[in-house]
Amino acid sequence: MTVPTPPTTRGALERREARLAWSLLLPTITIVSLVIILPLLAIFWISFKPVGLADLRPVAPVIRESLRERSGEMVIEYRVRNSSQQKEIVGLGFTDTLHDGVTPGALPEQCSVEGGALRCDFGDVEGGFNERIRIPVTLDGDLETLEAIVEGTEPSGYGVGDNILTNSEFTLENFARIFDGDEFWSVLWATVFYTVFGTIGALVVGLFAALLLNKSFRGKGVLRGLYLFPYVSPIIAVAFTWVTLLDPFSGSLNALLIQMGVVESPINFFGQRPLALIMVTVFEIWRYFPLSFLFILARMQSIDTDMYEAADMDGASPFQKFWYLSLPMLLGILSVLFLLRFIWTFNKFDDIFLLTGGNAGTRTLTVNVYEQAFAISNIGAGAAVAVVIFATLLLFSFFFFKYISQEEGL
Amino acid sequence: MSSLRQGAVTGAVIGLFWAFVIAVTVSVTLSFASGLGFRPGSLGCLILGLGGGMASIYLRDARLVMSGFILLCFVLMFTPLSPILFQENVPVLWQLMAVVSFGLFMIWPLTLMLVEAHPGPLTRHAFEDAVIRFLTGFGYIVFTAAVLIPFYVMVMTSLKSQQALLRNPLDFSIELSRGWDLFRSYTELFGQFNFGSYLWTSFYVSVLTVLITLLFSVPGAYAVARLRFKGRAAFSRSILLIYMVPMIVLALPIYITFSMTGLRNTIPGLLMIYPVTTIPVALYMLQGYFRGLPGEVEEAGLMDGLSRLQVIWKITLPLSLPAMVSVSLYVFMIAWNEFLLAFMLLDDPSKFTLTRGVAMLNSSEIPRQHLMAGAVIATIPIMALFLGLERFMTKGLTAGSVKG
Repeated sequence: MTVPTPPTTRGALERREARLAWSLLLPTITIVSLVIILPLLAIFWISFKPVGLADLRPVAPVIRESLRERSGEMVIEYRVRNSSQQKEIVGLGFTDTLHDGVTPGALPEQCSVEGGALRCDFGDVEGGFNERIRIPVTLDGDLETLEAIVEGTEPSGYGVGDNILTNSEFTLENFARIFDGDEFWSVLWATVFYTVFGTIGALVVGLFAALLLNKSFRGKGVLRGLYLFPYVSPIIAVAFTWVTLLDPFSGSLNALLIQMGVVESPINFFGQRPLALIMVTVFEIWRYFPLSFLFILARMQSIDTDMYEAADMDGASPFQKFWYLSLPMLLGILSVLFLLRFIWTFNKFDDIFLLTGGNAGTRTLTVNVYEQAFAISNIGAGAAVAVVIFATLLLFSFFFFKYISQEEGL
Repeated sequence: MSSLRQGAVTGAVIGLFWAFVIAVTVSVTLSFASGLGFRPGSLGCLILGLGGGMASIYLRDARLVMSGFILLCFVLMFTPLSPILFQENVPVLWQLMAVVSFGLFMIWPLTLMLVEAHPGPLTRHAFEDAVIRFLTGFGYIVFTAAVLIPFYVMVMTSLKSQQALLRNPLDFSIELSRGWDLFRSYTELFGQFNFGSYLWTSFYVSVLTVLITLLFSVPGAYAVARLRFKGRAAFSRSILLIYMVPMIVLALPIYITFSMTGLRNTIPGLLMIYPVTTIPVALYMLQGYFRGLPGEVEEAGLMDGLSRLQVIWKITLPLSLPAMVSVSLYVFMIAWNEFLLAFMLLDDPSKFTLTRGVAMLNSSEIPRQHLMAGAVIATIPIMALFLGLERFMTKGLTAGSVKG
């Protein structure tokens, strides 16, 4: 008699289910790889390239055509230009249609006529190349209509410009540049300060807010909604409000502090070291405490009340109940929140960019990407900073997975 | 510690702290409301705080303590020992209001805080109870002020005129005499700055983002939640990993690609990117919900001859309507509030989204109240949505959490 055993190979049904699953996931995988994975690979490539903002415009021939009278005779004038001042174009030239009623006279040496089309070749030209070609023509017909016809068709230029993004020129200068000098250390310090204190602050403040609302009373719903305002409203609105509120010249907070006799002269909150860094961290805490508040409150309300009743019977005081009962129950959600918020704070760009623009010692790594790429117009250096960010994140996510997989049982 | 646990000492210390908290609160509130000069008086707070605390401990008649205390505040108002000090230009009526509200908000909560305290040594329970009640009251004030003040300033600044703001930055009283002119910043924004069109752009970009996100994430979430295939666990983890990639890192290559292909300054370009930033989180939230649905209903559907896609459409989706609303709201909020990509990819003022339009107002040539009016316009729709559907919204915000 044979003992029945479970099948060792995959059956047809199972294969069909897997196929269906992948086909349902395919659109997501495709679009995510296109918009996330591809740019991530591109950023590595760009970080090794000496590329500036100006290099994004492709090197190409620019040709303008006009029909005009010159010293008594009619000419078609072509102005041929290299769009780049530095880069050469290989095999520059253009073709243009010759219309009926326009007969070319003596052609310049670069040009020839083949089957009703004019063709001019200039070979390889340097950057900053700029030349006028004049072809004398005899016209047969009304000048105005012919001018419209001639200038109506665009000459088509050709020639291969060197594209810095696709050629084989590589450099390590971008990395040398961003790791160079004190600037990198100050950026790193700002990032660490902002991330660590922003995360811990938002967690602790969120925990306090959750403790406040973890009881039932009238108006609780209103307060809970109110405390979520900072997180829900657009970053641009609240950031500019803070800037307005804390403005050293027309800000209400400074006016209030002076009136109450706390300070003598207005404080430039977002303009001086090290206060600016502290203030952006405070803003971060203010804006993101609602998130931790919401998660912690949800967890608190799912704790069984029997435990507290038992503790009451044993004569535990309120602080003891918090410290020995609530806190251990909350430890799981707190650590998950810490990891998530740590990474998100590390990634934060908008807040600091809108509050200080990265000035006064608040330039974090993410703001530095923008600063290098757009303010200094060095895309390569910006990409290099982005690579540093990504490498740091990989390190974080290693810990994240090691830890959260136990926490969440994902 | 043990001397602090004497009823009288506990009462006095808590009374002292609470007096300062209330004096600052009343001063700040009235300053913001009227633009007049109020500030807490330290000496008055010291006396009234200690006295109020002791009185609540020793005199057990709450009504007597309260009326006596408010009367004392009123008397001290005319001396340098007033708990709130005033600048010369403050009218007597405002002074009266300040002092009486100080008295009321000081003594009434204080008697409640000290309800379990009594003269003599306190038990640990009674002591901590008083401290916790104090901290709770303090917490409510601090949190509410921290959240409300910026929004109050935002709305009120948008209603002021430039001169009034420069004259006294603290004065947020509404000049009702201006009539409809109060809303001048708003009419100028909609009239000259094209904010109507930005509002519309933001709206349809956000709605389309929600639709595209759902279109991609519902089938994906169903597959991860219900179907068995190799790499399912790895997949559901890497979804979260994608959520960890910072936008600024992606924005740079996207900017380069869009510049070269002419997709910059186009709304379709924006719509190619926005959903991708929200699909991972939507997928993660939905698969969590799908997993909680009873599988038997779907199996019954399969037995009755529905295909998997029909099961999703006819059974799973109707059952998960609340989750869909939550996810949609959350995605709408992300798309509506999105700033970085709109800022980098849009230069043409005719195609701005609302956030990009508000960013444009941040220039030294445009008055501050216009900027604040823009901020209000950007905030109101999302707030209205939030307040109207708060239940779904908070669920959406927490849905990412697996525990709790």
